[in-house]
Amino acid sequence: MSGVPDGRLARRKRTDALFRVLAAVSAAFVIGCLLLIVGAILWKSVPALNLSMLTRTPRGGFYLGREGGILNAIAGSLYLAGGATLLAFLLSLPLVLYLNLYKGRDSKTAVWTRFSLDVLWGVPSIVYGAFGFVVMMALGLRASLLAGILTVALLELPIMSRAIDEVMRLVPRELMEASDTLGATRFETAVKVMVRQTAPGILTGVLLAFGRGIGDAASVLFTAGFTDRVPASLLDPAATLPLAIFFQLGTPFPEVRQRAYASAAVLTLIVLLVSLAGRAFSRRYTRHVVK
Amino acid sequence: MNQPAPISIRNLSVFYGDLQVLKDIDLDIPARKITVIIGPSGCGKTTLLKSLNRLLDDSERVRIRGRVVLDGEDIYAPRTEVTRIRKKMGLLSQKPQVLPMSIRDNVAYGPRIHGLRSRRELDKVVGNYLKLAGLWEEVKDRLDDPASTLSVGQQQRLCLARGLAVEPEIILGDEPTSALDPASSQNVERRLMELKRDYTVVVVTHILRQARRIADYLAFLYLGELVEHGPAAEVFSDPKDPRTRAYLTGEIS
Repeated sequence: MSGVPDGRLARRKRTDALFRVLAAVSAAFVIGCLLLIVGAILWKSVPALNLSMLTRTPRGGFYLGREGGILNAIAGSLYLAGGATLLAFLLSLPLVLYLNLYKGRDSKTAVWTRFSLDVLWGVPSIVYGAFGFVVMMALGLRASLLAGILTVALLELPIMSRAIDEVMRLVPRELMEASDTLGATRFETAVKVMVRQTAPGILTGVLLAFGRGIGDAASVLFTAGFTDRVPASLLDPAATLPLAIFFQLGTPFPEVRQRAYASAAVLTLIVLLVSLAGRAFSRRYTRHVVK
Repeated sequence: MNQPAPISIRNLSVFYGDLQVLKDIDLDIPARKITVIIGPSGCGKTTLLKSLNRLLDDSERVRIRGRVVLDGEDIYAPRTEVTRIRKKMGLLSQKPQVLPMSIRDNVAYGPRIHGLRSRRELDKVVGNYLKLAGLWEEVKDRLDDPASTLSVGQQQRLCLARGLAVEPEIILGDEPTSALDPASSQNVERRLMELKRDYTVVVVTHILRQARRIADYLAFLYLGELVEHGPAAEVFSDPKDPRTRAYLTGEIS
């Protein structure tokens, strides 16, 4: 250490300490925000939160109901986001496998497809809503669960595809070669090696897209509509939790506004439960993932 | 006693874009012997090895010219079925790549995709090839554990068992011991020495001592050119080309 002046080392140590504090503050800020949001919503929702909120459709008096519950929006949101996520998954998985296994990751097709997906990811959801509306009009379809599912699937597609794609790009080429050299076809390598190896990443992509889909209000405003009833068919209009919050908060009645927070709490809890269930489920399938 | 050569490489050239990495290679690889391909890094050893089971096809930028004849069939002929060619060869890569499944399923993977369904038959295959790869005693009580829980040396032997399970004629090794500790390397070398009785073995290595230990036939590649080849003892003791001599004495590396 003889050649290094003490002052310089001290300065480096100060910088290091400063950065450590900065990093810790950022992390604390993020966790604090999350707790604050969840806490505030739960706090505000306590007066309105009861079992009938979850089990009954709105009834009584005011628009959106002073009594009854939000079962219409809970069921509507689950149907809609569930259907849209399933549809988006059925499109995403073949798409990313095509990019990563069939076309070659760095091929022109792959690069352009990725670029398109990134642009689509950035398109605001109200634009998807407007687009969905135009298509609906052209097809003569009314605001319905089906139209909502199609629109939200489109919204989820780039999120899910790119999330899965990023994980698949990290799979070493040699792992696929190992399967190839045993005489496997592309399809066998895709299903038996690629999908198994990336199962946790696929699940993360699906959950991410589901969270985005169930939480979006703008894309379903014109396409799924709103109703007090639980949809009985794909062609019925469907209520959704984000829109329920929007309409409830917009009323002049304090009781109804309180219910908006209860709806928000339910929406947050659904996303949380689905994530936790997904993670528990995936643990069974990630045992064999090669590190 | 000479065996007929099961692999004949004729005028093989490989290009990555505009760069020619293999230049008109002509080589007969003898059956039931270990052929070792040596040469400095970047000389095209791995490319040559991968050209033998058409692993180069998958990249858009690669162009291949020439012929590789296996059992009288040109593997680059348009009608040749690539999966059938690959089934004839087992490949050991530099870093063992176990599949994301159990130890048992790693070995059963190949036989399964080629149509073996019976559980009892599969168990028999798994046992046989794990024994042949010298791994059975270590894993027989934990066949359903993830393959990734094995040590790297064990993983390489698992890859060997997995490759053997599709009943290939040829075993290809791309620096198969470079990621392994000395004991595991020795273990893999010993397996290869045993296996050459029934298989044609081709190994790429940059470790000269390893080449001396295992090679029956030696090929020296330099800058994409096949400089010299012949029985290992001859090439080692009396290299004809000055470049081979320089490489063997460590002047170029």
